[in-house]
Amino acid sequence: MTVLNPSLLLLADGRFPAGGHAHSSGTEAAVKAGHVTDIATLRALVDGRLATSGRVDAAFAAATCWRSGQLGAVDWRELDAEYLARTGPPRLRLAARTLGRQLLRGGERAWPSSRYGEARAALPDGVVQPIAMGVVANAAGCSPAEAALCELHHLVGTLTSGAVRLLGLDPFDVAALGASTASELTRLAVLAASTCEHPAANLAADLGLLNDVLAEHHGTWEVRLFAS
Amino acid sequence: MGSGKTALVASLCRLLADDVSLVVVTNDIFTTEDAEALRRMGVLADDRIVPVETGCCPHTAIRDDISANLDAIEELEARHAPVELTLLESGGDNLTAIFSRALVDAQIFVIDVAGGDKVPRKGGPGVTTADLLVINKTDLAPLVGADLAVMDRDARARRGELPIEFTSLVSLDGAANVAAWVRSRLTAWSIDPSRR
Repeated sequence: MTVLNPSLLLLADGRFPAGGHAHSSGTEAAVKAGHVTDIATLRALVDGRLATSGRVDAAFAAATCWRSGQLGAVDWRELDAEYLARTGPPRLRLAARTLGRQLLRGGERAWPSSRYGEARAALPDGVVQPIAMGVVANAAGCSPAEAALCELHHLVGTLTSGAVRLLGLDPFDVAALGASTASELTRLAVLAASTCEHPAANLAADLGLLNDVLAEHHGTWEVRLFAS
Repeated sequence: MGSGKTALVASLCRLLADDVSLVVVTNDIFTTEDAEALRRMGVLADDRIVPVETGCCPHTAIRDDISANLDAIEELEARHAPVELTLLESGGDNLTAIFSRALVDAQIFVIDVAGGDKVPRKGGPGVTTADLLVINKTDLAPLVGADLAVMDRDARARRGELPIEFTSLVSLDGAANVAAWVRSRLTAWSIDPSRR
């Protein structure tokens, strides 16, 4: 009988201490802009983000997870440069590095590995969150597909829980929305895993320009509830 | 909420900053409000005060998942090394607010007289277990019909030997007793061999 890796469940749990609770990953900006007002429009935001930044994040998490599991050096700088090439807004880069640093801190305690130190040494400006997820997922015994799935799961959870707090949506409706993404998350995780051995430059590069603009604007607000 | 946490932090900065290297991290629900207030008061250099967003959940940021606060504190401490004292202001929540011991060495819990003299009797982890309980706004007691003796008696019943200080931050040195407590903790910390 095959049972899920319990470490994957721990890593996917929103209670794992990695600082994600302080972020809405763009929901707060989308709510303020009037783009997200109810379940239907939240659904559109989730779909849009899965098709853009979600694909990119999943691809980099899977690629880093696979590389971390191989013998020899990981192309940390190439992965980082390619990820940053897909992440234009300085505030998104800042959020990615903050969340990456926090995930590495929690992950390293839970699942030690030499890859944490290697990643930090190669990337003194900080390890972005999807690369950190790849490192931690590998150390936790997860496959590249599982690393991608965890990344996508956290994206959906962050977007939707942000909407519950900001709009007071029915949490059961929101949970149902999350559940309804299951087949798409599986498809995207498999897709991300299928490219995990590719050169970093060839990984997914889907962009959502409006999200980028709103994220940068969000960072300038005087009053905000979430860090991103 | 509104018990005077920011006023206390400001007062402690005024009383301590001349001879203690200190930094401040704030966890206001509306992120920069408290940090901006402190900066406007000019009690500390702007770059020694950092606000941390808590995603609507200050209690999560100080207890369940301390990552965001820890991250900000480590960055501040690295930038201003050596830091002798870090004040982390959080709350805006309720009587259950308690800090993870992985985040802070000592917790000061602030309630105020205007919130009603029943608050100490209601207890909760903050009132009961914080290293120091501050009962603020004593100047308002006659105006709101609060009995300080009742608050003192109830707080002592809840807290046993743990200390309690009454403050009125209307005067500039209103937190002198709290500052003295902080200094005693700093001294105890610095000579504790298990800390070094």
